[in-house]
Amino acid sequence: MSESKVWKFHNDVDTDQIIGSQYLLLPNVEEMKQYTFESLDPGFAAKAQPGDIIVAAENFGCGSSREQAPSVLKALGIKAVIAKSFARIFYRNSINIGLPVIVCKDLYEHVEDGAIADLDLSAGTVSVDGQEFSCTKLPEYMQKILNAGGLIASLNKEV
Amino acid sequence: MGSTLIEKIVARNIGADQVKPGQIVTVNVDRVMIHDIFIPFVADKFEEMGFTSLWDPDKVVLIYDHLIPTSAVEDVRHFKIGDAFAEKYGLKNVHRSDGICHQLMTEAGYAKPGNIVFGTDSHTTTYGCVGCFSSGIGYTEMASILGTGQLWIRVPETIKVVVNGTLPDNVTAKDVILRLIGDLRSDGATYKVLELSGSAVDAMSVASRMTISNMAIEAGAKACLFRPDEKTCEYSRVNMEDVDWLYPDEDADYCRVMEYRAEDLVPVLACPSQVDNIKPVTEVEGTELDQVFIGSCTNGRLEDLAVAAGILKGHTTACKLIVTPASRKIYMEAIKAGYMETLAKAGAIITQPGCGLCCGRAGGILTDGEKVLATNNRNFLGRMGTSKVGIYLGSPATAATSAITGKITVPKGIQGN
Repeated sequence: MSESKVWKFHNDVDTDQIIGSQYLLLPNVEEMKQYTFESLDPGFAAKAQPGDIIVAAENFGCGSSREQAPSVLKALGIKAVIAKSFARIFYRNSINIGLPVIVCKDLYEHVEDGAIADLDLSAGTVSVDGQEFSCTKLPEYMQKILNAGGLIASLNKEV
Repeated sequence: MGSTLIEKIVARNIGADQVKPGQIVTVNVDRVMIHDIFIPFVADKFEEMGFTSLWDPDKVVLIYDHLIPTSAVEDVRHFKIGDAFAEKYGLKNVHRSDGICHQLMTEAGYAKPGNIVFGTDSHTTTYGCVGCFSSGIGYTEMASILGTGQLWIRVPETIKVVVNGTLPDNVTAKDVILRLIGDLRSDGATYKVLELSGSAVDAMSVASRMTISNMAIEAGAKACLFRPDEKTCEYSRVNMEDVDWLYPDEDADYCRVMEYRAEDLVPVLACPSQVDNIKPVTEVEGTELDQVFIGSCTNGRLEDLAVAAGILKGHTTACKLIVTPASRKIYMEAIKAGYMETLAKAGAIITQPGCGLCCGRAGGILTDGEKVLATNNRNFLGRMGTSKVGIYLGSPATAATSAITGKITVPKGIQGN
């Protein structure tokens, strides 16, 4: 287990809020990541530390198909996104780039922004203030892609 | 137990008698669409994966629309990379200024009834208007399809939406889909398919159905399907016999059924800054506007421009009005029909077909405190300028009527339609 700082977000965080359209033209994700969550919290990218986790309510990542949305989070070193539910394309994209996206119905109500959480990815549990929450397990097929580090790594493994 | 439309399409694609929701299957992709914003990333990933040729160049369509015409020097890079990729891998289906990808895919016949199509854009759900299973994916998955021609999917559950009756004179397909999104909420159809039917849907043009399928993603839907009919076949240039298998069985299984009486529907708006924040136009009537936008892949078709021209004929706009046809073909038809002259006379700024304003790139960007009534599909924070712009989404009828007064105004009956 390792300790992670929690960044808490609301319902329906959309992909434009994660990374605005105007930044998609930057040549790479490394240059884009400084604008992560700019419209919600302009200082986020500077404050976030590798190993931090994002906790959100329903429908995280709704909106566009931009893979840059999970990519900037991964580039900032975000360890995982834990939400009550995810939008479909964001969820698929996250697995494909190797960003753990974890469905946990109960955590949201029991954690404050800035709290410290212990996330155990292999056990599928997260603890806050001594209270442990279990997360929904990924289907095996997707877990395999995630374990390999994403779709490209997983394809290379098969070859 | 019978099958829904999506179950029939997937079963036929994989050569199975029947498929059921929850099953994970690998489908053979009939066509893919990549647009200018994501081609550099797709090209990168394709080569990173070690592929050296496209699975079938004829099945790949590259469309430049988000950055047409360029508004910053960096934009040019996307075309250079796209052109080089097309040249290197023998890609012939490249559209450099013909219109918005979601309009072109059905208009040019790339996405047909019964097909399975993926695109690097969330509004790829649009092609369901002709009974095509189409959905948005990211660029890594697109790169893997380019090499393999396949993608795994989970067979989705279906929500049946029935609209019976006759829509009131001032209510359009846009009001129908906004109401539906308001009722489903922004995640109510996540992982699911919307299947539309009923006499009001049967009476709709393919263009109106396209407005609905275009916005299905705003309720999280994976796809939005309409059973093909004679209008579809004429539009998609296929024979009725080619699609006689494509209908939902009467005993198909639906996870939810939503029924509407067309006569009960009213003009509505998605209010700032979420697409499911739906209110009747009457509730926000009188709100001052800085700009009105009519167009996009949601509502930039000939019938939309006809409605706008019918309402604006002989009037002058009281605020900025930007009009963006969905494709070059529509643009030319609208010129021929006289709609463009009417709109220009009323004061409209008419732009080339493209995504410019809708994706917040160019052609009418707004700033803090400004309000816009727009006919496109998203009103997210910061979508058309700064995060303090108020975006209201509505029908072309509501938009055109409001452009005359400069305030949000309830449309009367639609003329010129």
